[in-house]
Amino acid sequence: MHVSPAESIDAMRAVATVGFEERGILRDTLLLTLAKSEDEKKALGACFDLFFAQPQPTATKQSADDESAAVSGLQSAPSAGGGQQPQDLGPLAQMLLSQDTAEIAAAIANAAGAAGLAEIRYFTQRGIFQSRMLQEMGIQRLNDDLDELTATNPALAERLTAATDALRETVRDRVAQALLLYGREEAENLRNEILRNAPLARIEPRQVEQMRALIRRMARRLRERFSKPRKRQRRGHLDVRRTLRRNAAWGGVPFLTAWKRKHRDKPKIVALCDVSGSVARVSDFFLLLIHSLHEVVSDVRSFAFSGHLIEVSDILETEAAEEAMRDIMSKVGFGSSDYGSCFADFERQWMASVTPQTTVIVLGDARSNNLDPGADILRRISERSKRVVWLNPEGRLTWGFGDSEMPRYATFCNVVRQCATAQQLERAVTDIVATYH
Amino acid sequence: MSQQKPLASIAAVESGLASQGYIASRQIATAVYLSEQIAKPILVEGPAGVGKTELAKAIASWRGLKMIRLQCYEGLDEAKALYEWKYAKQLLYTQILKDKLGEVLGGAETLHAALEQLHDFGDVFFSKEFVEPRPLLQALQQPKGCVLLIDEIDKSDAEFESLLLEILSDFQVSIPELGTIAAALPPTVILTSNSERNLGDALKRRCLHLHIGFPEQKLEERIVESRVPGISEKLRGQLVSFIHSIRTLDLKKQPSVSETIDWARVLVLLQASELGHEMVKDTLNVLLKYESDVEAALPHVTTFVASAGRRNAFG
Repeated sequence: MHVSPAESIDAMRAVATVGFEERGILRDTLLLTLAKSEDEKKALGACFDLFFAQPQPTATKQSADDESAAVSGLQSAPSAGGGQQPQDLGPLAQMLLSQDTAEIAAAIANAAGAAGLAEIRYFTQRGIFQSRMLQEMGIQRLNDDLDELTATNPALAERLTAATDALRETVRDRVAQALLLYGREEAENLRNEILRNAPLARIEPRQVEQMRALIRRMARRLRERFSKPRKRQRRGHLDVRRTLRRNAAWGGVPFLTAWKRKHRDKPKIVALCDVSGSVARVSDFFLLLIHSLHEVVSDVRSFAFSGHLIEVSDILETEAAEEAMRDIMSKVGFGSSDYGSCFADFERQWMASVTPQTTVIVLGDARSNNLDPGADILRRISERSKRVVWLNPEGRLTWGFGDSEMPRYATFCNVVRQCATAQQLERAVTDIVATYH
Repeated sequence: MSQQKPLASIAAVESGLASQGYIASRQIATAVYLSEQIAKPILVEGPAGVGKTELAKAIASWRGLKMIRLQCYEGLDEAKALYEWKYAKQLLYTQILKDKLGEVLGGAETLHAALEQLHDFGDVFFSKEFVEPRPLLQALQQPKGCVLLIDEIDKSDAEFESLLLEILSDFQVSIPELGTIAAALPPTVILTSNSERNLGDALKRRCLHLHIGFPEQKLEERIVESRVPGISEKLRGQLVSFIHSIRTLDLKKQPSVSETIDWARVLVLLQASELGHEMVKDTLNVLLKYESDVEAALPHVTTFVASAGRRNAFG
């Protein structure tokens, strides 16, 4: 969430007018002034609740009877001659014994500030922050007091022990809450960062769901960036109506001209996706990506192939990602790839869809099982189109070894990229869409 | 009316809107109160039919202010939203002045002097007389202030948003020929959006962001009560609870508050005293606007009606 200085000033002004006596109104006010979308509202609301859900000191856990007894005990203690004892105790012990929750809460808050609790990021840091906070509050002195009291005044010592346990518990809750508040995002970022850079083929099944979520988010980002109304080019035909109006003051003599605006080239993409056995582990992600392309760009035609090639635009257009992927895989998936005959299929039936504005994307490992690679067909496709982009999930080192025909294809491609991680995938797609803007 | 006095408190806003038949949640009331206090526009987002436009109307009639509405659509430009020159009038005046030209320039000895004289009324054509104020400029010119409703801002082009920025933050517009025109009294500005496209950050930053969702059951009952006075309490409870069950279904378009009110009116017209299966099935098309939604809801009607009746009996 981005909050600019101007916004925080506005928020402060708003809070100043409504006051902060009532938490609900304060929450509404901050949501109104700081959040700028429904998602942000949810996040900010959760953050607000978390921040104000600071655990109350639980020193008053004893039952009412106990407490009154304790209070009378405390009052009677000085009169009973042991009056000096509480005075000898350290400030923390006195605070705990007096059951002053407000003061204890303030002390905890101070200790949290001194220990830099807002810096907590990972759950492994909980222990160190707990002990730091207790240190700040004077746990050392408290322990000494406890030892002393156990010898001199066992009843009081028992109460102090209970209070100390309660204090520890409160501090622990406070640290856990701070971790939730400050650390959650960090943990998520770390996980996403690792996933983004992990090779798609080596992702474990349990991570697949997260990976999909990540790619979906990527698609949304692309959509947000590129689905805005396209910049229009000025200068086209003369806009007669606006020109006449603009020049009415000069008796209709056109001094100033107004032009109709012309639309720019819309992105046109033809995507060919290999779904054969050799790339089975990554084809899922490729399809997901093409699916998201369909959402970003209006003119996409996509094809899937292994042994032969079929058009899958309709499936990707109409069905949800998961179903579409299942559908496509059951139709052509997992075969052994034959690039040559697939390119031939494409040339025979769909070559007309490639125009000089079209970007052709091929997603595949270029392993054609030693069959005819059909590189000349790719050359013809390349000549007809604006450009050909090849995204290969294999590393550059393996290109050309075994049955890989990558070097031969590469001569006819404008861009050849390795595309093994989510991040590379995102960059590649961003570049492709960006050339049209 | 109290247009000159500042708003007293959030509760006052709530009761003021209620007096106009608009039952506001506390969040809405807070937003209205704040927008008045710190002079910021409110950007209202939410699904269709939850009372975004209605809110502006209620504020206007409560405060006794004129409401100026600007309906946004694709291709809306400053000539339609802000101001336009009265071309016909300008043209007419030029024609008339042509005849007068000789008289005016009669006194001039040299070409230079004639030009001087022409300069003097050259500016006349671009003066306030010839400006045709459109909604945005009108709103700034109201001496008593007004409520300016910019409806469905998400339908307009991105360029139009930028045009709004000056008005929203400083309540003024700049007309190249005339200079800056500031508001007589800052209007209460309400923008509504159905989130069809993402609005720019610059626009969002200048507004209080209010999201109105579907109301809670209690609130919705109060809304129905205020809008459809003839309805019995029993029917009202059943109806609202039925609609809340309908909203749990996966529908193309969820019934919103306006549909609830329409349906309540229909049921009152049909003189229903409580919710019955047959009646619900017959009038479901008031509530659901897609054939597929009606089909999806039909099998659930019986259970929902029964549970609505039960809830009412106990609650």
